[in-house]
Amino acid sequence: METSIYSVIAFYCLAITILGNAALVVFARNIVHSVLFLAVTFIAMAGLFLLLDADFIAAIQVLVYAGAVCIMVVFGIMLIQRPDMKDTNLFNTQLIAGTGVVALVFAMCAILAGRTAWTDLVAMQAVPENTIQVIGALLMSKYVIPFEVVAVLLLVALIGAIVIARDESGAIAVDEGVKANAHD
Amino acid sequence: MFENLFVGIANGLRSLLGGLPLEINEAIVMLVKLVAILVFILVNALWLVYMERKVAAFVQARIGPNRVGPKGLLQTTADIGKLICKEIIIHKDTDKLVFMLAPMLVFVPTLMVFAVIPFGKNMAAIDMNIGLLYLLAIGSLSTLIFWMAGWASNNKYSLLGGMRSVAQMVSYELPMVLAILGVIMITGSLKMSDIIAAQEHTWFIFSQPIAFLIFFIASVSECNRAPFDLIEAESELVNGFNTEYSGMAFAMFYLAEYANMLVSCAMVTILFLGGWYAPFGLDFIPSWLWFFIKMYVMMFIIMQLRWTYPRIRVDQLMGFGWKVLVPLSLANIFVTGIGMYIYRAIGW
Repeated sequence: METSIYSVIAFYCLAITILGNAALVVFARNIVHSVLFLAVTFIAMAGLFLLLDADFIAAIQVLVYAGAVCIMVVFGIMLIQRPDMKDTNLFNTQLIAGTGVVALVFAMCAILAGRTAWTDLVAMQAVPENTIQVIGALLMSKYVIPFEVVAVLLLVALIGAIVIARDESGAIAVDEGVKANAHD
Repeated sequence: MFENLFVGIANGLRSLLGGLPLEINEAIVMLVKLVAILVFILVNALWLVYMERKVAAFVQARIGPNRVGPKGLLQTTADIGKLICKEIIIHKDTDKLVFMLAPMLVFVPTLMVFAVIPFGKNMAAIDMNIGLLYLLAIGSLSTLIFWMAGWASNNKYSLLGGMRSVAQMVSYELPMVLAILGVIMITGSLKMSDIIAAQEHTWFIFSQPIAFLIFFIASVSECNRAPFDLIEAESELVNGFNTEYSGMAFAMFYLAEYANMLVSCAMVTILFLGGWYAPFGLDFIPSWLWFFIKMYVMMFIIMQLRWTYPRIRVDQLMGFGWKVLVPLSLANIFVTGIGMYIYRAIGW
């Protein structure tokens, strides 16, 4: 990781972008705007990874989070549309519970940050030029079991989606909707 | 003689700025490269609109634009001039900020993607280790921008168009990436220059024909071109997600479509048609000219597709993507893997 003045400036710009947009995700009244702020947050996170010379993770961050997760949220919004979008990102009054959860998250972050040996991590060795081959080799050797477990998890999610989309008789429910609309 | 024209220009610029500190020098050279790419995209988009109209005329046995400038070459320039003068109408129910952000942002992913495309020998602005992954990652962002345009218009046709764009792009990105995997398995690298170097003797269109077909179909769909242009199906959705846009805002979407076609054709050229390598040892034509020739041949095929095939229905589109292209591309990966093992066993 570089520690030149440029990377320090870039880090603070990215940090402000991330925090500002993350706050806007929560406080925006319109949920569509929240999704767009969320996308900006994810892309700025990719910038942080780039600062750490982790180009592969940065690309995956953009591809998976900004490209796919935001689109999934968009699908969700499309399915639960309300007549007026102005008040869709709802607030509640659960102040005490909310404070508790936030305090827990902060405490966890603080403990983990305190336990990490930052100086060792930074000064250990030069960053490898090409990270993809190494990551691929590790995924297929040392971490092959977690990798396969994740694959099975995704398969279960896929099958679950199909089961939900089907109705009792075994026909696909979506087709019924298309048929019903065709006769209008 | 012309082989090193652009590389020579870059080196000349570097030595011209030799007195400056290295960081500023490199920054200026990079800026010049990016401006050159921007000009290249805009000129190409203008020219491609003209080419599209000429190809359409050719298919329909007409003459096409022939009044403005020699052979009608200045027709699109005049059209854009007219569109710049027109008012951008923003009706009162739009989500104004998002509505105006979408046409501004629509060129951003396309422009960013061009940074890694090698136009000729040593002619990529940035030759990244993860070039292909970067291209896919940035390319996937354009879906969100089309959806922004469709949503913010607050018009049911636009919304339907935006929804279709999300569904279609997500469905066709999958076979596209899976088709590319076959190529990556053979080259073992995501670097553009490595992928092209692996095709010095055999283009991947010959060793990966199925991947080529899947990739080509999926990229036509990703550009929202007929027969997959359901996003702006005129007969059902007026003009899809950009119905409410007028003036230059509309022109931005229109030009972005052609810029995206340019990216797709460049991708096909890099991944399957040997990039800038000259076929049959015809080296006297410079490498960048070969790249453009291949790119424009693909462009002509895409245009011909549009003017000869009818649009498919929306459920057929989804069925084709998920039930034909995805299984086929998975099978292609499987067969490629087996083939690689057999080649290795034989010892080629």
